[in-house]
Amino acid sequence: MTQTAPVMRDPGEDGRFGDFGGRFVPEALIPACEELHDAFRDAWTDDAFREEFHHVLREFGGRPTPITYLARLSESLGVRVYAKREDLAHTGSHKINNVVGQTLLTRRMGKTRVIAETGAGQHGVATATAAARLGLDCTVYMGELDTQRQALNVFRMELLGAKVVPVTSGSRTLKDAVNEAMREWVTCVDDTHYCLGSVMGPHPFPWMVREFQSIIGHEASRQMAELGVGTPDVVVACVGGGSNAAGIFAGFADSTAELVGVEAAGGAAISGGQPGVLHGMKSMLLQSESGQIEEAESISAGLDYPGIGPEHAHLAAIGRARYVGMADEPVIEALQLLSSSEGIIPALESAHAVAWIAREAGREIPSGSTVLLNLSGRGDKDVAQVRDILKGRS
Amino acid sequence: MNSLERHLRERRDAGQSSFVPYLMAGMVPDWRDHLEALVAAGAAAVEVGVPFSDPILDGVVIQRAALASLEAGTTPEGVFAELARRPLGVPVIVMTYFNIFHHLGMERSASLLHDAGVSGVIIPDLTLEEAGPWREAVTGRDIDTVLLVAPSSPEARVEKIARAAQGFVYAASRMAVTGQAEDTGDAGAVVDRVRRHSDLPVFVGIGISTPEQARHAYSIADGAIVGSALVDRVLRGMSALETEAFARDFVL
Repeated sequence: MTQTAPVMRDPGEDGRFGDFGGRFVPEALIPACEELHDAFRDAWTDDAFREEFHHVLREFGGRPTPITYLARLSESLGVRVYAKREDLAHTGSHKINNVVGQTLLTRRMGKTRVIAETGAGQHGVATATAAARLGLDCTVYMGELDTQRQALNVFRMELLGAKVVPVTSGSRTLKDAVNEAMREWVTCVDDTHYCLGSVMGPHPFPWMVREFQSIIGHEASRQMAELGVGTPDVVVACVGGGSNAAGIFAGFADSTAELVGVEAAGGAAISGGQPGVLHGMKSMLLQSESGQIEEAESISAGLDYPGIGPEHAHLAAIGRARYVGMADEPVIEALQLLSSSEGIIPALESAHAVAWIAREAGREIPSGSTVLLNLSGRGDKDVAQVRDILKGRS
Repeated sequence: MNSLERHLRERRDAGQSSFVPYLMAGMVPDWRDHLEALVAAGAAAVEVGVPFSDPILDGVVIQRAALASLEAGTTPEGVFAELARRPLGVPVIVMTYFNIFHHLGMERSASLLHDAGVSGVIIPDLTLEEAGPWREAVTGRDIDTVLLVAPSSPEARVEKIARAAQGFVYAASRMAVTGQAEDTGDAGAVVDRVRRHSDLPVFVGIGISTPEQARHAYSIADGAIVGSALVDRVLRGMSALETEAFARDFVL
């Protein structure tokens, strides 16, 4: 595949990725978005800021994360699978990259408090972690249903000094946690930064979060070269909002690698959605006939989002990346497969990407191909749920 | 100049303060009766909400109204058809989130709004920078797109908004989502800033919930928008007759 124009670049002042992106927020939030845009642009061209970002991710975040060749899985599938081990980063997923960046930026802007939304709790735990490190006040909005399903993560956040606010509006899940965090942000923009968890929301969030997460792709590209493998044939990542996918794609967007995002079948915004406006952005969204946003449904809370980051919608529209849906059943099998064949228990989110590789090896992925899998998180948080599902079957 | 702006300017120039109540379409089965009661009480215009699943500028009361309306099966086209059925006798301003119009198609939305006799729209998540295509779609259809100014809007931005504003300027009294508040917040400062850059009528909204607060708004601005206080009572079972009595206290 040859590239005609560079992709995954600076989306400019208006934050457009082709037809997608932009800034659709209440007037009250516009100054805060502009302030954040200017602060990020300034910080990201400041060597000292970048150095501190990398320093914290190295000394505190556990980077660089290794690449592991999955020998037994590769042998059984007939393709060569390499895993970028974001599951080994501090707090157990790639989420730490973004929150380290955003909390450093919070301090740089002179703000003393962060708020965040969370679904399963990964981003909430990561935000609480990064906030604790810098002594920032932290409040996390979490759908009431999710606080019940992920009670341990609520406790983790509280241990880390954060306040967790159960959101009782709407569907009481991730989508509503974002709504509530935005409503709260209107009342406290002066001293509070909204630490959004994915490549979504109003400009500059999709761009900024992609930049913070691009460390995954840049590391991986260098490591693949060092391993003597070079550019993989396919790069695969799971996609909810799409931050881990954006992070790894960023390292290969200008290469010949095919880019594949795997969405939960019940939350497949690209294949099942239509263009629309939600949470400050124009993107692909699951909607009803009359334009109401629909609930996503997935076994994995992290992919339970009815939209997708606007840059992914653009990459799909121009054909640079493709997005596929994966049903719950093969995801559970993939989680078991990776656990038993490689000694790695992946997060249910990441298992979506594994499931696609397992299904398409020898089909859409020709035998002998080299595949780079972004293993975005570890599965410890999911084992109780998986046990219940497997028990329910027997 | 479109008819909404002309109407509101005439009222302002005649020294009349404008009471603009808000109701969510479809939140109760007899919502149309409540609208008529508000008009009978002396509303200068009415604001009609079209429910959206994810209203990020709305507090709990209007969220509840949206949910009730959606559960009753309300659709945007149904609301427009209902509004088209019989004119209310005062300007109707539709408030909803941009996805509703984006999904219907902007041309189609503009045409449906026009046919329904709607003369203004408030789209809280469509700010000046993103509003170009929408404003093009409503051009020539006698529909004003109302813009908001917030306490956080810096002077240069207020100037930009004031220059592009149509109908009236919506002065948000505080950094908050819709709801009921104890006072009129920062309304005075926001109105002053708007006045420096625009001679359009200025209405105060967000948190205005008592006749006293409305009267204070009338003393510093040209009108007041009252939503949650009214919606809350209607959701709790206030009848259309009681709505008329409640609303009368807000009319000077």
